[in-house]
Amino acid sequence: MAEKDYRLSPRVDQVGIQDRVDRITKRSVKNAAKRKGLYMALNMIDLTTLEGADTDSKVKQMCYKAQHLHDSFPGLPTTAAVCVYPNFVKTAVQEVKGSGVKVASVATAFPSGQSSLEIKLLDTKIAVDNGAHEVDMVISRGKFHSGEYNFVHDEIAAIKEACGKVRLKVILETGELGTFDKVRRASDIAMDAGADFIKTSTGKISPAATLPVTLVMLEAIKDYYYKTGKMIGMKPAGGISNSKLALHYLLMVKETLGGKWLSNEWFRFGASSLANDVLMQIMKQESGNYQSKDYFSKD
Amino acid sequence: MSRIEIVKTYKIYIGGKFPRTESGRYYQPEANGKVLGNICLSSRKDFRNAVVAARSAQGGWSAKSAYNRSQILYRIAEILEGRKNQFIEELIQQGSKKAQAEKEVDLSIDRLIYFAGWCDKYTQIFSSVNPVASSHFNFSVPEPTGLVAILAPEESGLLGLISQIAPTIAGGNTCIVLASENKPLCSVTLAEVLSTSDVPGGVINILTGNRKELIPHFAAHMDVNALVYSGDNAAEIKSIHEAAVDNLKRVIIRDGGNYVSDKHENPYLISSLQETKTTWHPIEKIGAAGSGY
Repeated sequence: MAEKDYRLSPRVDQVGIQDRVDRITKRSVKNAAKRKGLYMALNMIDLTTLEGADTDSKVKQMCYKAQHLHDSFPGLPTTAAVCVYPNFVKTAVQEVKGSGVKVASVATAFPSGQSSLEIKLLDTKIAVDNGAHEVDMVISRGKFHSGEYNFVHDEIAAIKEACGKVRLKVILETGELGTFDKVRRASDIAMDAGADFIKTSTGKISPAATLPVTLVMLEAIKDYYYKTGKMIGMKPAGGISNSKLALHYLLMVKETLGGKWLSNEWFRFGASSLANDVLMQIMKQESGNYQSKDYFSKD
Repeated sequence: MSRIEIVKTYKIYIGGKFPRTESGRYYQPEANGKVLGNICLSSRKDFRNAVVAARSAQGGWSAKSAYNRSQILYRIAEILEGRKNQFIEELIQQGSKKAQAEKEVDLSIDRLIYFAGWCDKYTQIFSSVNPVASSHFNFSVPEPTGLVAILAPEESGLLGLISQIAPTIAGGNTCIVLASENKPLCSVTLAEVLSTSDVPGGVINILTGNRKELIPHFAAHMDVNALVYSGDNAAEIKSIHEAAVDNLKRVIIRDGGNYVSDKHENPYLISSLQETKTTWHPIEKIGAAGSGY
């Protein structure tokens, strides 16, 4: 098969994307749907800590939080997963055992991706061997910008092979890609190379996830699904810190890809402070009073 | 040539910006048979947004040096002085006599300066070193209560409003004020003064609207640390006390009466919105003869 020319990926109508996002953000979500959406969002969160200052205890604390979001109110779901650096995978796996919460690990020289393939493979292998359920890799943005699309493709494919059955999320780092056209192109490359999920950002670069960029990626997923019949997941990450925004994301997923994608198997939020805001909104719905951060566990 | 009179739309003041109420509702208070303006009928969502703005301003405001807070209060007074005529005019529109209006504006400016002076002095007055039997250096200092919701007096549209705001922010708190329902003009003009003085956005937020509608939300919001009520409606006071229980808000009831009186110039108005922090600092020895410090 001749190599695919990714320069031929569809162009994105920037004004159209922005317009559609504007219409989604102006919609008001009413009570019953809002409540359902909030519970759903909570269950889609990858609770994340990716700091240089992370310690075993901090990871343990976060794993506890993932399973006990707000114990004084029964009936809340857990988050979908916790997301940590490879050296904390072992600790995290132990902590979430039996709870259904998955452990995702970033790998491949996160967040810059500037390293050799050997090291990236080893990084992945360490995460997988330690029991990570999911791997979040970063693409080589430098190579992407130099037009070496096949290099990027093959690298993703190699990491996917190293992952085996472990689900692979491919981080495009859209904040460094520049244009929607390039985001679309990178999405196509990642999906062709075997990504199970495509993810917007590392959270280390601004802008991180935005609604328009996510919409571009969702459209790419839709086209890929029509072409191949294969479902690809989506994970916006970084900068999603309030419930209203989370609900807008869910609306966008539902309207672009359909209800099939509305589970944490196909859609995730990469976030650290979103959980508390969603909790506060849920408690507001339940009690009628606006809440204060003082009464929720710190992240 | 006759011209069509333009009725000003007074917007609310949240986080240093002037949004319209998210509810899109308005009311038109009248005085002497004349419409005063289009005034926002704020909703609980506006209040909620104001709380978010005030909460995020709280840390920065209380961390400013006392001297700097004092400078900022003084600056409000300066700008107010410059726009004196507008305030006088509005007070007259709302039914005051000219002499009365002039006096009210002068007193309002003076009151700001009075509290500006207290910013870096009240901690000395209300702090103490406490005698204890163990070998500790034990001292108490006042710290700001936090986010204060204020139901401003109904009758005194400018002076009453400033008399509530000044001691609150002088003590390092942030506030959300519901202005007088029937005399709201000065409150919105004051917001215009605030936005051109050096008060950081979110420290003072001013809403206009229906008192009865908003009181339950002011009292029940979990992120409000204290509520100041000016007035004497027994039913309202009772409902505030009940709704405030959930997060043990500090509730302060002040009379809505005569703000001209100098009983509204005293530092206890600052200390009533302070929490006392006591520190037990271990030392080697105590006693005058062999003090450890």
